[in-house]
Amino acid sequence: MSKAFRFWGLAPAWALMILTLIVPILIVAGVSVAERGAYGGFDWAFDLTSYRQILFTEGWTDALEFDPKYLWIIARTMLYALTTTVICVALALPVSYFIAQQSARVKIILIYLVTLPFWVSMIVRVYAWLIILGNDGILERVYRLFGGADVSGFLFTSGAMITGMVYSYIPLMVLPVYASVEKIDPALIEASHDLYGSRWVTLRRVILPLTAPGLMAGSILVFVPCLGTVLEPMLLGGGKQLMMGTLIQTQFGGARNWPFGAAIAMVLLAFVVLVLLINARRMPRQSEIGL
Amino acid sequence: MTRYPMTRHHDIRSYPGLGPLSLVFFLWLYLPIVVVVIYSFNDNRLVSVWGGFSGKWYLVALENKALMSALEISLKVAVISTTCATLIALLAAMVLTRAPNLKFRRVSETMVNLPLLLPEIVLAVAVLILFSQLGLTNGLVKLVLAHTAFCTPFAFLPIRARLQGMSLDFEEAARDLYAPPLTAFRRVTLPMILPGVFAGAMTAFVMSMDDFITSNLLNSGGATTLPVYIFSLIRQGTTPELNAISTLLILASLILATLVLILNARAMRRG
Amino acid sequence: MSRPSAIEVVNVSKKFGDYTALDHVDFKILQNEFFTLLGPSGCGKTTLLRMIAGFETPSAGTLLLKGKAIAQMPAHKRRVNTVFQNYALFPHMTLSQNIAFGLENLGWDKARIRERVGRMLEMVHMEDFAARKPDQLSGGQRQRIALARALASEPEVLLLDEPLSALDLKLRQAMRNELRALQRDTGITFVFVTHDQEEALDMSDRIAVMGHGRVQQIGTPIEIYEDPKTRFVADFIGDTNFLEGEVIASDGSTATIRTALGTDVTTTCENVSGPGPATLSIRPEKIGVGEQAEGLILTSTVLSRNYLGGFTHYTVRVGEIDLRLSRRNAQSHQDAFDIGDAVRIGFRDSNARILGQ
Repeated sequence: MSKAFRFWGLAPAWALMILTLIVPILIVAGVSVAERGAYGGFDWAFDLTSYRQILFTEGWTDALEFDPKYLWIIARTMLYALTTTVICVALALPVSYFIAQQSARVKIILIYLVTLPFWVSMIVRVYAWLIILGNDGILERVYRLFGGADVSGFLFTSGAMITGMVYSYIPLMVLPVYASVEKIDPALIEASHDLYGSRWVTLRRVILPLTAPGLMAGSILVFVPCLGTVLEPMLLGGGKQLMMGTLIQTQFGGARNWPFGAAIAMVLLAFVVLVLLINARRMPRQSEIGL
Repeated sequence: MTRYPMTRHHDIRSYPGLGPLSLVFFLWLYLPIVVVVIYSFNDNRLVSVWGGFSGKWYLVALENKALMSALEISLKVAVISTTCATLIALLAAMVLTRAPNLKFRRVSETMVNLPLLLPEIVLAVAVLILFSQLGLTNGLVKLVLAHTAFCTPFAFLPIRARLQGMSLDFEEAARDLYAPPLTAFRRVTLPMILPGVFAGAMTAFVMSMDDFITSNLLNSGGATTLPVYIFSLIRQGTTPELNAISTLLILASLILATLVLILNARAMRRG
Repeated sequence: MSRPSAIEVVNVSKKFGDYTALDHVDFKILQNEFFTLLGPSGCGKTTLLRMIAGFETPSAGTLLLKGKAIAQMPAHKRRVNTVFQNYALFPHMTLSQNIAFGLENLGWDKARIRERVGRMLEMVHMEDFAARKPDQLSGGQRQRIALARALASEPEVLLLDEPLSALDLKLRQAMRNELRALQRDTGITFVFVTHDQEEALDMSDRIAVMGHGRVQQIGTPIEIYEDPKTRFVADFIGDTNFLEGEVIASDGSTATIRTALGTDVTTTCENVSGPGPATLSIRPEKIGVGEQAEGLILTSTVLSRNYLGGFTHYTVRVGEIDLRLSRRNAQSHQDAFDIGDAVRIGFRDSNARILGQ
């Protein structure tokens, strides 16, 4: 392979990513320490107000008062992302084991069925839950049909948001977990039984440890996009419960506080990079995507 | 993996309750989709009150001019970005899998996959600020640039997988049989990795068509994409027309996903 | 040897990082010969083959193809073709398209290509398969098409990279004869790489035994087997006994070695310059036992016996030394020796070989 091709083959990819990712992110970092513009936007002047704003508000007397409002949003984001990841793990494990036990043909079909919803437009998937959970929606009707009290208000709860997030990202958990389960040599499980291991001992001491790489990969794939998710909190949370994604979005939309939005984006980015670094440390060989 | 059909029924790996649990899982996975499809044929204006079977909402949807122009923008953006992303990914994958002792291999791979690693909202904010600094106002150009960037890894991964799965012997055989590099690529490498290229391009296309976060933030200059338009409709309240639009989108996704599945299955059988 | 050389390997070395794959390799392959590179895996034989094909470049030294330097020439410009270990038939092309591929790249006109493809299919008895795809063929058929594809352009040299290793045993035997016949009929120089000594001995005009990145010995199959020059060659080709000893006399053409067996062995040699330690090699089938014993006669005790049908292998002890020997079972129900029996063994000392280090 010629030297020229080595260069020109990679140059477009590098150029694209530098132009649309690296440079813009550096600009965001810059904007996060810039001054808020008088009419939206920003002015290039060094100013840490945006970061201060995450922790404090200016009171009546111009004195800074500690205000956990935004810390709550960050904490909520973490909590919801974590909850979503844990639920996804709990669902993906049994489903992956079940799929792995089927014949080759059924396996392909089931994996196809797991992947298919992921191909359906994200907005359509979230919208579908709006119909199910909505006021006077299907869930409420079914509930009433079975003699439940006249309830309402499934929508715009943390439950609705987390349901939507689990639904959105579950294929990203099932696929790597299944790949790990599928790779387990049946002889290892037979060996465990042969050495007097019960089913549950085998599950705990042989199958689960061998599934760990898939679980780890899946957790990253679910956790990271959950941190920045936008649609579920906006539609299923009704905008009442902000998450970091929606907070950032608001700053560039209605609130028009770009420096503050940029600061939150940097905080989010920091969390993600931290997660990725920890992961890269843990299994330098297995991280599929590099880094 | 060898499996003995005789032992299927008392497979020592089967744990009680897996079957029913998985069944519930798959029902849950398809419940929302089925609900949308069923209610798209609801005659009643109220979404959740069944008023008889009707296909009229599809007509309403198809006559919606704003919807059609959003679809047109989405298709334009998706086609252009998919083409660019696939070409860029193909070039990069060739170098990354075929050049021996390549310097910066790892960092280059990370670079190509970067959009997958970072949350989309951060990337969306980043390009928004960049374009405002550059004074770029053409909505279509902005969307194409941003979409090309985040579609590239989706195109890259299947192409790279296919190239890695292909024995180097074939390219050596081509060179051995007097094929200059470009001929070897055109007549041997490309035909053999074509399923991967198609799968990559199709994934990239779907990702571009589906994108909401970036397109919503960049929404200006008359470039409203389909998901952004649908979002604005949802904001106005759930309607049977929305169900009809969603059903059409589900149908399109189903066709594309099946195509990719068939391509992958064929690729696996051959490899 | 007055025949012109097809390939000259001139002082070639190849390093992969710190690892030396080829270490100052220097020899000639003559035109129209069936030349085999034989050695254990990792000996550098495949690297050398890939270098001739143009897939590797030497770190030092050069390669000549019919006298022209080719070390830096790209693979697609060399009139050298390869039969790959797994054949590397293009799966998306029919067999005809596979065979035509090289000819198209050489710019032949269509009619000539069609004629040649037909002739090649005929040569390998696959005329009826022209429109098939490679995945519809058996291993042996793939092998034939790979040969046809590589020979179609009448290359100066045909390289074969362990082409028989993917076939089952019976087919392998048949393909050996076919390959040999093909080489004779076409008159093309064949360079064959294998780790299978029997294949090498059976098919080759000359063999280069490679080990540790070097050529250990080059010669005809008989020379390689009967007159191994180094311990490596004697050990790698066939089975042998090593006897350590001391040179007590030499006159330039013969030398006498005092061995630990308690006897002196006198045999021809070229590489003994004076007194000092020496190693003798004696093949098991050259040692007679019982009524087959002749030459130097020794008494021994049987330690183990392995009955193999045509032959019985024994390990016997003479003093402190264990020897392996092979007895041809010339008579049915021939008497066998039991473990612990005292038996007479013997060999002619001219059958022993003195090894270089």
